Formats: sequence, structure tokens, C-alpha cells
Amino acid sequence: MSHTAAAPLTGAPTLPDVPTVDLRELAPWALFVGLLSLLVLFFVSADQGAISIPAGTAIHEWVHDGRHLLGYPCH
Amino acid sequence: MTARSFLVRGLLAGLIAGAFAFVVGYTVGEPPIDDAIALEATAAPAAAPDPTAGHTHDHAGTAHSHGDDAGGGISRTTQKTWGLATATIAVGVALGGIVALVAAGVAGRLGRLSLVGSTALVTALGFVAYSLLPFLKYPAAPPAVGSANTIGSRTASYFAFVLISVVAMVAVVALAGALAPRLGGHQAVVAAGTAYVAVVAVAALAMPTVNEIGAFPADVLWEFRLSALLTQTALWAALGVALTWLLGRLESRSRATA
Ligand SMILES: [Zn+2]
Repeated sequence: MSHTAAAPLTGAPTLPDVPTVDLRELAPWALFVGLLSLLVLFFVSADQGAISIPAGTAIHEWVHDGRHLLGYPCH
Repeated sequence: MTARSFLVRGLLAGLIAGAFAFVVGYTVGEPPIDDAIALEATAAPAAAPDPTAGHTHDHAGTAHSHGDDAGGGISRTTQKTWGLATATIAVGVALGGIVALVAAGVAGRLGRLSLVGSTALVTALGFVAYSLLPFLKYPAAPPAVGSANTIGSRTASYFAFVLISVVAMVAVVALAGALAPRLGGHQAVVAAGTAYVAVVAVAALAMPTVNEIGAFPADVLWEFRLSALLTQTALWAALGVALTWLLGRLESRSRATA
């Protein structure tokens, strides 16, 4: 990452190209996985605590210890 | 390499990371949680941290029992094993998916970092922004700490801080990329790091402080918080190691066949 302008030493091996991913191909994946992941994080981290969808305590109780240990406010 | 090939490896690495975090959490985290619940069960009726009438913890088994009171019909044994594993694996897979797609987006675009280097950087910065800095401002609270009356505001503050931290991290990485051609890579990284710390420090000072510890014993609190930090560190570290390994293998295989 540093000083890309520095001239390569003679005889230094050229670095292989790092593969890139086309951002237009990536966008729909990022949107879909992003939303799904946020939903999963919501159920583990906050559901049936501050907000309840669905109402009840079953999800909260099931992931209870994980919620505490992963640092989310539990109760 | 395709977005799909990154994602599949991210989900797999997340599964591994979640399983590893479960082992760590079960080993170091459950003893202090058990201690806290035992304290809560004996001390709750008489010695709630705040003696006002509205400040109950709902420990009587209505809103927040810990299994033994049959609140959700889930036993402590289940909470400690299948419940904890569900939580760590679900979070591991969710974070694995996000990290893998971010890694896909920045691969080959972060200066001269290799695929393994940029993926490791994304995971490390993810740990700092999503887990470490929020932990420093709003450290994990064991059972028996925290008022039911403030769960709404505490949850809002916590996730607002996480959002600020993650958005700031993304922004300063973009800033580093923009500054690098003019300042050079080293100076750009220093400037970006300083900007991130400044933004998060201002947010931490401006946002409300949570202190509802009351008379909770300091040794159990310390043990719990250390174990919570260890569990999260284990998750991110395993995610980083597994994902860089899986992507590194894929890269060398595709290079061999290319
Ligand atoms: Zn709890």
C-alpha cells in the first residue's frame, strides 16, 4: 500500500495481478446478502428485547446467553 | 473469481467462526453468566440497584426469566448449549457473508494488497468497528445488570454507536484510498486512522453513558466482560483466518489453471 510510485528494483519479481470482482456483478449479491444478514443479526441481537417481532420471549430466551456474550444489550 | 465464490467461502468461514466462538463462549463465558444468574436469583427481590418501584428487572418470570422460571420454557442447559451455539453460529454466518462480499468488493482495489492481505484487513477493521469500539463505549452487561425500563434507550444507543463506528470506518478507508496518490500510502493510512478515532471519540463523548451496575460484584463483572470480549475476538479471528485460507486456496487454484 505504500509508495506505489517507487521504481521496482531490477530483477525484482513482478507481483501477480490480484483478482477483482466486477462491481455490477457484486451489487445484487451485496444487497440480498446484506439485508438477509441484517435480519439474522436483528433476531439474535435485539428481537424480543427493545422491539418484539413476533411478540413473545422464545427467541430472546433461546439466544439469551449469546446475546450477552456477543455484547448486545439483552435486558 | 465471482461474487458467488466469495460468498460461499464467507458463509463457510462464518460457520467455522461461529462454532469456534461457541466453544470459547461456553468455556470462558458460561461460568460468569451462571454466577450472575445465581446472584440475580438470590439478590433481586431485596437488593435491586435502584430502589424505586418502577425499577424491577422482571425477574419474577414475566418478561425476562432465565429459563429456570420456565419463562420461555427453555432450560438453562439449553440456553448454554444449543441456544448459545445458535447465536454464535447465526452471527458468524451473517458476518461471514457481509465480510466476504466486502472483501470481494475491495479485492485488487486496496493499493497493492494481495487478496489475502485485503481480506485480512477487512476482517480486522470489521472487528474494530463492529465489536471492539462498541464494546469500549457500551461494554457487555451480564444478566442481573440493566433495568427493564431502559432497554429501549440502551438498545438504540448501542446500535446507533455501532452504525456510526461502521460508517466511519468505511468512510475513512475510502478517504485513505483518495489520499494515497497525493500523500503516499503510509501518510494516507495515518490520516484515515486519525479521522476514524476522532469521529468515534466525538460520538462516544456525545452519546449517553450507561451505568446500571449498582452493587453487582466487580470480580464477576470483570470476568464476564473479559469473556465476552474473548468470545467476540475468537469469532472475528476465526472468521479472518478461515476466510483468508479459503480464498487463498481458491486464488492459487485458479492461478494454476489459468
Ligand atoms: Zn439477559
